[in-house]
Amino acid sequence: MAAFLEVQNLTKSFGSNTVVKGVSFAFDKGEFISLLGPSGCGKTTILRMIAGFESVTAGTIQVEGQDITHLKPNQRQLGMVFQAYALFPNLNVGDNIGFGLKIAGMPAEQRRARVDEMLRLIGLPGYEKRYPYEMSGGQQQRVALARAIAPRPRMLLLDEPLSALDAKIRVSLREEIRAIQLDLGITTVFVTHDQEEALSISDRVVVMHAGNIEQLGAPHEIYNKPATRFVATFVGQLNSIEATILDPAARTVSIDGHIVTVPHLPADAAANVLTQLTLRPEVVAVGASEGNDVTLTGTIADVTFLGSVIRLRVSLGKNVISLDTFNDQRTVPPVRGEPVTISLASKNLLIL
Amino acid sequence: MKTNRFWSWLVFLLGAAYFIVPLIATFEFSLRMRRGEYSFDAYASVFADPRFHATFGYSALIGLFTIVVGVLVIVPAVYFVRLRMPWLRPFVEFVTLLPLVIPALVLVYGYIRLYNSSSIIPFTGSALGTDILLTGAYVTLALPYMYRAVDTGMRTIDIGTLTEAAQIMGANQVQIIWQIILPNILVAILSGAFLTFAIVIGEFTIASLLNRPAFGPYLVGIGTNRAYEPAALAIISFIITWGAMGMINVLGRFAPRTSARTD
Ligand SMILES: Nc1ncnc2c1ncn2[C@@H]1O[C@H](COP(=O)(O)OP(=O)(O)O)[C@@H](O)[C@H]1O
Ligand SMILES: [Mg+2]
Repeated sequence: MAAFLEVQNLTKSFGSNTVVKGVSFAFDKGEFISLLGPSGCGKTTILRMIAGFESVTAGTIQVEGQDITHLKPNQRQLGMVFQAYALFPNLNVGDNIGFGLKIAGMPAEQRRARVDEMLRLIGLPGYEKRYPYEMSGGQQQRVALARAIAPRPRMLLLDEPLSALDAKIRVSLREEIRAIQLDLGITTVFVTHDQEEALSISDRVVVMHAGNIEQLGAPHEIYNKPATRFVATFVGQLNSIEATILDPAARTVSIDGHIVTVPHLPADAAANVLTQLTLRPEVVAVGASEGNDVTLTGTIADVTFLGSVIRLRVSLGKNVISLDTFNDQRTVPPVRGEPVTISLASKNLLIL
Repeated sequence: MKTNRFWSWLVFLLGAAYFIVPLIATFEFSLRMRRGEYSFDAYASVFADPRFHATFGYSALIGLFTIVVGVLVIVPAVYFVRLRMPWLRPFVEFVTLLPLVIPALVLVYGYIRLYNSSSIIPFTGSALGTDILLTGAYVTLALPYMYRAVDTGMRTIDIGTLTEAAQIMGANQVQIIWQIILPNILVAILSGAFLTFAIVIGEFTIASLLNRPAFGPYLVGIGTNRAYEPAALAIISFIITWGAMGMINVLGRFAPRTSARTD
């Protein structure tokens, strides 16, 4: 089956500044895709090229096999939700949601029915007479979502729709967006710089850096098997551990005097050379744990209480490792300065 | 701090007196048409004059056309400059200030030279042509005010995002300007419109040199050959002008409200 959304070799330059550098990806109908990356990496520019708001310097964009690269935005049949303040201030909620339908020439009676349906979908029935300024930011963004999907667009584009909202609303609204998207089965491209947001609601994530795709995959693939050092550090927390290579053939290294066998070493590894290992905080356990073949001892350098999780920083000598433990209410939390034994599986020690 | 208050009040009262005393004097004088007692005879005489109605009606109509033409030209111009050519803004701003710098006399002599009855475009050859010319001149005269009003109105809304939001839902440029941009800056446009109206009603130079039966030349004509009526007319036109200004203030309360919230 051909892809629903296919972007090939997409490039965008502003003057001599190339901000999107030959990006290609293909997605199936109904997928929820996130473009994830730090500010300025070109996510919005890609979304705006898909929407038709930016001209394309090179490359093509196809939706359902139709080349839309050079179509005007109003000919693309797409829906879009903006960061904020994009509701029409002069129109009430009902007219905002019905705007696209009115433009398309839908009769008033049908329009009202569709607006009602949309208001129920976003959990705001009876709000059609309200004006945008009378509603909370979260409600406004839900109306913006309803407005975007009311004309049954082929695809939904969202550019950081939650970033102007408070943390609590941000989490509940992203779940709502995902639920509605699954309900309608609408192909969705979601732009965010928040890795937790991208991982939590996407079918697939495109991790971007400086105009290039670093990795494209399902959230667990991105997190568990980061393809590049950039992805590993940008997505989730990461320990960076300095180790001395002891025997390249046996893949043994020394971490502050502890001798450990690692899954692989760089091809050019030589004895007595320093190397960087990486480790996710959550794969390290306090004390021994089943499956963990490496045990290290150190002292607790810092304790951060995060509620359900306690983050420890354990000093092994030169290296300090962050790790997460669950907050077990039956025991006393660890105390700074105490000696501690930690364990981990050597297969989780990666060289990127 | 007490003394500070005192001085600022004194300055304020002096300033106010500077404007109000002549106004009161004029008003008082306008009431003295009948010997020995105050009366509104001068006003009655003004309202009884058919030329008052004719010239006021004419100027009001020209004012209306000036507003319509001004809005049709300026709103799309400001919109496209803000949206597509923001680098052009300083230049446009300069151009819109020119009518304040160039005397109306220069403007109208230019018009007469360019559009006289023996030129290629003889606007002044007919009454209608001259009316069109007059309207054009007034659009130019009102440009600094109308431009600023519209520009300020557009600054209060995010025209870029609103345009894109409407575009992606299928709207074309005309629909966007009429259904989204215009309603959102209506209050700003109306305040520009009242200013324009006030300017057109009182304008003398251009109307007089183009020889049109406008209110301004009528005012001046009365002033030169009557005693009490000019005072009454001055008060009437003052009330009209300030009425228009007052409307601008009232309308300000209906300006679009921002919906920026994080909750
Ligand atoms: N209209 C523009 N003109 C010039 N440079 C732009 C324009 N839009 C975006 N850029 C530049 O392109 C880069 C990528 O921007 P953007 O796509 O908005 O990043 P992101 O959404 O990932 O934060 C930035 O360096 C930005 O400054
Ligand atoms: Mg962005």
